[in-house]
Amino acid sequence: MSKVDNSTEPLLAVTDLKVTFNTRGTTPVRAVDGVSFSVRAGETLGVVGESGSGKSVTSLAILGLLPERGVQVEGSITFDGAELLTSSEREMQAVRGRRVAMVFQDPMSSLNPVLTIGRQLTEVLRRHHVCHKAEAPGRAAALLDRVGIPEARRRLDNYPHQLSGGMRQRVMIAMALACEPAVLIADEPTTALDVTIQAQVLELLRELVAQSNTALILITHDLGVVAGMCDRVHVMYSGRIVESGERHPLFAQPRHHYTRGLLASVPRLDLVGGKLTPISGSPRDVIDWADGCAFAPRCPAVTESCLGTPPALEPLDDTFVRCVNPAPLGQSMWKAD
Amino acid sequence: MATVQEHLQSLMGNRVVETSGSSLTRETWNRLRHNRIALVGLGVIVFFVLIAIFAPWLAPHDPRATTWFDQIRPSSVPGPSREHLLGLDESGRDMLSRILYGARASLIIGIVSLGIGASIGAAFGLLAGAFGGWVDSVIMRITDVMLAVPGLLLALSIAAVLGQSQVAVMVAVAVPNIPLFARLLRSSMLAERQKDYVNAATSVGLGRRPLVMSHIVPNSLGPMIVQGTLALATAVIDAAALSFLGLGSADPGVPEWGRMLANAQRYLNVAPHLSIIPGVVIFITVLGFNLFGEALREALDPKLRR
Amino acid sequence: MLTVRDLRVHFPIYEGVIFDRQVGAVRAVDGVDLDIADGQTLGLVGESGCGKSTVGKAIVRLVPITTGTVVFDDIELSKLEGAELRKARRHVQMIFQDPYSSLNPRQNVGSTIAEPIKTHSLRQGAAVGQRVLELLDAVGLPRGAAHRYPHEFSGGQRQRIGIARALAAEPSLIVADEPVSALDVSIQAQVINLMEELQQNLGLTYLMISHDLAVVHHIADAVAVMYLGGIVELAPADRLYTEPLHPYTLALMSAVPVPDPVVEDRRQRTVLQGDLPSPANPPSGCRFRTRCPFVQARCAEEQPVLREVRPGHKVACHFAEELAEQRVSVR
Repeated sequence: MSKVDNSTEPLLAVTDLKVTFNTRGTTPVRAVDGVSFSVRAGETLGVVGESGSGKSVTSLAILGLLPERGVQVEGSITFDGAELLTSSEREMQAVRGRRVAMVFQDPMSSLNPVLTIGRQLTEVLRRHHVCHKAEAPGRAAALLDRVGIPEARRRLDNYPHQLSGGMRQRVMIAMALACEPAVLIADEPTTALDVTIQAQVLELLRELVAQSNTALILITHDLGVVAGMCDRVHVMYSGRIVESGERHPLFAQPRHHYTRGLLASVPRLDLVGGKLTPISGSPRDVIDWADGCAFAPRCPAVTESCLGTPPALEPLDDTFVRCVNPAPLGQSMWKAD
Repeated sequence: MATVQEHLQSLMGNRVVETSGSSLTRETWNRLRHNRIALVGLGVIVFFVLIAIFAPWLAPHDPRATTWFDQIRPSSVPGPSREHLLGLDESGRDMLSRILYGARASLIIGIVSLGIGASIGAAFGLLAGAFGGWVDSVIMRITDVMLAVPGLLLALSIAAVLGQSQVAVMVAVAVPNIPLFARLLRSSMLAERQKDYVNAATSVGLGRRPLVMSHIVPNSLGPMIVQGTLALATAVIDAAALSFLGLGSADPGVPEWGRMLANAQRYLNVAPHLSIIPGVVIFITVLGFNLFGEALREALDPKLRR
Repeated sequence: MLTVRDLRVHFPIYEGVIFDRQVGAVRAVDGVDLDIADGQTLGLVGESGCGKSTVGKAIVRLVPITTGTVVFDDIELSKLEGAELRKARRHVQMIFQDPYSSLNPRQNVGSTIAEPIKTHSLRQGAAVGQRVLELLDAVGLPRGAAHRYPHEFSGGQRQRIGIARALAAEPSLIVADEPVSALDVSIQAQVINLMEELQQNLGLTYLMISHDLAVVHHIADAVAVMYLGGIVELAPADRLYTEPLHPYTLALMSAVPVPDPVVEDRRQRTVLQGDLPSPANPPSGCRFRTRCPFVQARCAEEQPVLREVRPGHKVACHFAEELAEQRVSVR
């Protein structure tokens, strides 16, 4: 994996982030409910969750991409010492794309269909004053080369629709890396791609991150991707982190019942037979964190103490768990191969 | 364990709202009800429809009676007074009564013409969307031809054939709407055809008729309804405009807002109220339809809100 | 019970200013042979553009078949038209991918499920309503759902409604086109388990189409791997995953992430280069040769035939035996 220096200060630190959506005529929705994490240079952090977990909203909040009307953001997001939540739009523009960059999920709709790839790349370069106008096309071609697009010079004149999905995602990555950001946030970067293309793109991300010691925050619902890419993992449910830890201990001995449920319900390519044990109920079967543990309606190990007060994120052996009744050590997920 | 489940149920019960099957129509209606702009628009529409219906009972005088002609001078026309709340027109008739009766003409022409035009158009669109193939091509070429003729030219030609009459105006308002609604319904149907639930109904074994009528058409009506409401506004304006140009009834005494505007041109300097009153009335009616139409569009497509 | 021979589905490409001329064709399905026995599940896997969905739709006669035969229980489905086709449809039903567009938003759930029953006159009068309730029970939905509308349900519940609708016609074969791809991970397992349960209780036969190899591995008895319109490998499920023989299958297996960091760390990946060729203009000879790490001269000249290399294990590759000598395992 990458070489992470644990003695340095975290590059990006999110502390007690809360995002509330107020729509006219309905009750306010707390999409993110007190999330804290940090990432260091060269580290790859995985944020795992399903729809409704708040993982995408968290990434949008970091970059200040949430709409202004009807959205309330509280907490603290510090990058390199500066507090992003109180920064002006001007200051954010200096950070966005240049120091903290993002790769979005759907390469089909994330690129402007009426501009050539070259134009979109050079626009990024010139906007952040990375180089002069004359140099820009050369740099753009070099970027395309770096992300493994053959015939880079010729591709600069192509429009997005002339490229395949995998290529478009590489272009997105090239755009994100154009200014050599310190932190790269990738929100479901490979979900819309075929599995062989996904492997290519993830391989690319691994290489690039290792080369330039960029911190990578990988947001996904795919546990397999996380197992292969990330140093540390946070599992989100209903707006809060419910388990977090280094990847080996977390996958080998997950303590929170949601994490265990996820791992038990995902079919695996390398294991033969066996029944899938789904998590009962649906993501809609949830209670407010204020009333207790949001996962309680679906939890196979729910007890009376799970209700009434919300559980706190506590350290437990090798991980942090938000549960008053976590799975005991020694209860491995898998039978021996 | 039982108490934990009960406790959970009570906590979750607070969040779940039990509605017994709210169809999309009911939800649309709910959204409309809470939209203030929609209610204002609807209010205006209802108001004018009511005065159109009850004009004979509401009007204080006969709209065609030129009884007060002796009060008219070349340079002055009496404005609002106690006896005539909106004053007199240039021929000595009571403005208020003419406005009230005028609502009938405008709204009837507007609504009836549009209704006829939209129905014929929808019928064409339905055939084109349901059968596809050469039926579709033929119908589309016909609508192309209809769209190629400018509306005004069409109206004048119709007047030339039918003579100056309210029927001519109605036909002139109805005809341009035919290709509009035909295309609208057809394109909605084509879009819905691609959706999986139509495939599912086909694979279940449904024949063409139930497939089109039970599945495709009900889901294709949305855009047509919105367009219909907005087209009503245009129809009222078009009817007034054609009357203004002299295409309406040959009888100058017929109370019709557009004709009233035309007649008032000569008196713009001395008696502006002759132009302003019918103008404002047209404006408010059309605004009402537009506001309601826009609100309806928003209510039908919840993704548009925000 | 289901036999598919030399199935081809070519979509014409039209061009022209006033009159449309056919200038070419997208060869979505280009010569596919399948057999599924009663009560079995055949998995059909592949990436986007391989034609697997088109195969499913062709079997259910939702897209026109260019040539080839589909025979189901001695009925030649591919030849039927009109009223005969409509009657035969009830035996082969489909579950669709997108739970949000596969239900008529203006029809309540009870009516949606009742439609196949009424269309084929499987029950009369009050028995129809009773049957709808039974079907709702069978898919694990509350009986009250019958009066409600699709938008009131979650994705997983809508997919269950779709399954109930498919069951309503009392079919023998169900073609499931990516039935769980659009669902949350924790819900996917519920629906997969439901499908397995129904298969056991009702003796259903499944054609399971998916891009998700792990899901298919779990539920299928045999698996066919498709690439650019053709089947490149066909084997019993376990054999395919322990001993993949076609280079594409190898690449596919090695690309699928496994939620276990120990396995991930020691994996050897065969990462494919390049992109999928256009199905309107497939490569000569072996379709996979433009991306195959083992390509030889013969691959461009001669299209490999799907042939039995081991008992019950078919591969479409000239060099399958040689590659098997140095085979790479997933583990």
